[in-house]
Amino acid sequence: MSTRPQVSIVRFLGSNDDHDAAWALGSVGAEPAFVWHEDAELPPSTGAVVLPGGFSYGDYLRTGAMASLAPAMAAVRRFAEAGGPVLGICNGFQILCEARLLPGVLRPNRQLEFVCEDAMVEVENARTIFTRRCAPGQQLVIPIKHGEGAWYADHGTYVQLAARGQIVLRYAEDVNGSFANVAGVVNAAGNVMGLMPHPEHAVDPLLGSADGGLLLAALVDAAAEHALAVA
Amino acid sequence: MRATVLVRPKAGILDPQGDAVEHSLRKLGFDVSGVRVGRVVDLEVEADDEDTARAQIEKMCHELLANPLIESFEVRFGES
Repeated sequence: MSTRPQVSIVRFLGSNDDHDAAWALGSVGAEPAFVWHEDAELPPSTGAVVLPGGFSYGDYLRTGAMASLAPAMAAVRRFAEAGGPVLGICNGFQILCEARLLPGVLRPNRQLEFVCEDAMVEVENARTIFTRRCAPGQQLVIPIKHGEGAWYADHGTYVQLAARGQIVLRYAEDVNGSFANVAGVVNAAGNVMGLMPHPEHAVDPLLGSADGGLLLAALVDAAAEHALAVA
Repeated sequence: MRATVLVRPKAGILDPQGDAVEHSLRKLGFDVSGVRVGRVVDLEVEADDEDTARAQIEKMCHELLANPLIESFEVRFGES
């Protein structure tokens, strides 16, 4: 039996960062496991869930809208409601918003262009299970690559989220028209997070940055803790 | 019963697609403003009357066809 915490990665039709996520999570100590979108259950040893990047269902209707209704998402919802850590990256963030597991929605970039570049991201809340390996205000270099990454919530919702520390990451500068430069948010319970930048593409200095490894390693810590808590 | 659902970006919501289309229309020489781009969904539902059909379609809009945070919708009957 593996002593590495298991992180389940849900693959939808059109996911394309699933293998990158598995490789990156493996490099920071996880045992990655793939889950098919039609599966009604997560593997019982799941300590955390990752919804990877991609273009699930061709981004039909709205990004993440179709995937949010997949059978595996019902299992992810139950896992999240039981306190399990869930991280949505890019399309995974879009799916979590459409599933209403996270506040707000991701809209087409204001410049209507696909952005693909390293982004400077600031850790606004370093007390979440996802960011606790970071220092408050720490600047991370993590790549972004998306056409619909402008996070939006109405002003009242935004103010509430900010007051509760649910705005976790912000871009250091405006990259896509995201409301208040929001790059990542967490749910009220603190166990579901979504972000547009791709930490799984930033786990090796040879590729420009290892900063994403801080977030993924924290997720692996959380996976180990959750597995212990439910054991 | 045949119905058409019009899904629009809500008033006040930035619509970059509408802005881009407006920009292009102006380049073509049209004096145009306030361009917004939405979505049309034609569908058919089993229902005896419009009220029943409307209730079903509104549920579809809330659950999938529109995102209430950013989109409004309108249900119409009797269009081809």
